[in-house]
Amino acid sequence: MMARIFKHREALLFVAILLLVGAIELRFPGFVAPRNLVSIYNDTAILIILALGQAAVILARGIDLSIAANLALSGTIAALLNVAFPDLPVIFLLVAATFSGAVLGAINGLLVWRLSIPPIVVTLGTMTIYRGTIFLLTGGAWVNAHEMTDAFKAVPRAVFLGIPVLAWFSLAVIVLMMVVLVMTRLGRAFYAVGGNPHAAVYTGISVGRTHFFAYLIAGALAGLAGYLWTARYAVAYVDIANGFELDVVAACVIGGISIAGGAGTAIGAVLGALFLGIIKNALPVIDVSPFWQMAISGTVIIIAVAVNARSSRVKGRVILKKAEHAR
Amino acid sequence: MSVNDKRFVPDRLHGRGYRMARSWESLLIVVVIAIFIINSFASPYFLDAWNLSDATFNFTEKALIAFAMALVIISGEIDLSVAAIIALASTAMGYAAQFGAGTPELAAIGLGVGLLCGAFNGFLITGLGLPSIVVTIGTMSLFRGLSYVFLGDKAFTGYPSDFAWFGQGYVFWVISFEFVLFAVMAVLFGILLHLTSFGRMVYAVGNNATAARFSGIRVGRVKFLLFLMTGVMSGMAAICLTSRLGSTRPSIAFGWELEIVTMVVLGGINILGGAGTIIGVVLAAFIMGLVTFGFGLMNVPGIVMSIFIGLLLIGVIALPVLYTRIVRRFTREQVQ
Repeated sequence: MMARIFKHREALLFVAILLLVGAIELRFPGFVAPRNLVSIYNDTAILIILALGQAAVILARGIDLSIAANLALSGTIAALLNVAFPDLPVIFLLVAATFSGAVLGAINGLLVWRLSIPPIVVTLGTMTIYRGTIFLLTGGAWVNAHEMTDAFKAVPRAVFLGIPVLAWFSLAVIVLMMVVLVMTRLGRAFYAVGGNPHAAVYTGISVGRTHFFAYLIAGALAGLAGYLWTARYAVAYVDIANGFELDVVAACVIGGISIAGGAGTAIGAVLGALFLGIIKNALPVIDVSPFWQMAISGTVIIIAVAVNARSSRVKGRVILKKAEHAR
Repeated sequence: MSVNDKRFVPDRLHGRGYRMARSWESLLIVVVIAIFIINSFASPYFLDAWNLSDATFNFTEKALIAFAMALVIISGEIDLSVAAIIALASTAMGYAAQFGAGTPELAAIGLGVGLLCGAFNGFLITGLGLPSIVVTIGTMSLFRGLSYVFLGDKAFTGYPSDFAWFGQGYVFWVISFEFVLFAVMAVLFGILLHLTSFGRMVYAVGNNATAARFSGIRVGRVKFLLFLMTGVMSGMAAICLTSRLGSTRPSIAFGWELEIVTMVVLGGINILGGAGTIIGVVLAAFIMGLVTFGFGLMNVPGIVMSIFIGLLLIGVIALPVLYTRIVRRFTREQVQ
């Protein structure tokens, strides 16, 4: 029974998170207080949303390095719209940011699908293009808190049933992505394409089209996260979420999503993001200098890949024993 | 046997000249010349020996790493930790300089730290069999994180005065030490990749690692050596950059890994492994250097340059695809 549970990486990671939280609680009693846990979850919510989008792309054997630039550009667009037209309802800005993210994701998807350019090259290029576009839109200036309307800033902070709306958004996205990945034809196509693209073609799945929709979903989620980010931190400028794309990939990898595609779950991505989020939140609490944060998250990533690779290693056997010994 | 014989199968459909004219490198040469001409029309200050010499600093340090990165990518792997290795090597040099290390010791420390980081990457990737893209995302955080641990928000500045020569010295008139190093390394890596059996192994591993193993190539050892190389070249770039800036901050060379990969891919190295030349990388280095320098002369902000580099990367790769597609459509209509 136990052995069967531990075969699931998600269970293993869940236990690791519990141990981590327990260890922190020993050093800093009160860490597991419900209010503190909610605030940690809230701080991790945006990472979770992005990791779920990235998960769809990685499952289909792609990678989206432009995801943080997309967040920044879509968030800036929402903020600029808010400054230019303060009377627009916030729901409209939220939809606009999501739509802009979806368009930017679709550009990635079309380049991968129609021109067969490798995903890493496409998103490397669009990453710098999207971030540069923010500069063209803002002229390098910041959109500051006092320029934004109160309604714009209020949405992610509003509390509903004791939990901030930002966290509710991420919970909704979790449910949505679990449904998409497990229960829809498109979701299964991500696994099929990532597992074996050639076999997927024979079963009637269009590999390029599947890639396109993976990027579309990742883009739309990045756009939504863009609004939430600019509204929560009440600022928009060229460098917001700079380098965040690698945190997002790291969350997926820690969560057991295979970078080679085809293996992993939405829950895994969520747990991976939570693991990083807890470490980030715990360091200052247990008196570790925040300068240690990068080194620690790097070590965590390396250990996580090593553990994942161990458990999924393809068993081989030595053939030509004589030749092997002759070495 | 005449060529008209029906049974004759040519080794190659086109002659050497035709193939060279159609190659990626010729396309890059055309782009280099075009940018050069545009720049000289756009700014009266462009065609000046000292200005052009200054322009080389834009790309020489990145290109040093790009040569080694090209081999890694040809072998089917990738190393995203190179910029973080620069930061760690530079931090180590700054730390040693505080204890009065001289220039030769500093250079040895820079190269040594690079070598160690490369060995660590190589061990994780070939020893434990982990995917390089994830490992190097992890070591990228780890290496740069260690620089933050050592440096915090401070900076090392106390380098000996003769250490500045690596990044600021001139070998002959306007020819800087960095440019000479760039040229020498281009030749060495060109020879290594194109004229030695090791180079052939790199291509073989990148094209089909399983087949390479069956033909007696020790795939793991080849890859390990390649990661050692990117480590050492990152250490070398760290020496040049630290010497040129005269200071070390943990954010040094931030984001360079992606510019270096862009340079390599623009140079025609197949990101999926197995194809590409060093000449292509050299030309791509010139293109990126000339573009950023030309924009600089026209007072275009850095972030706008990066838009252009992104467009260039996607455009240069998309255009041949579109071109062959159009040509194929056209020729198919003719046949019918």
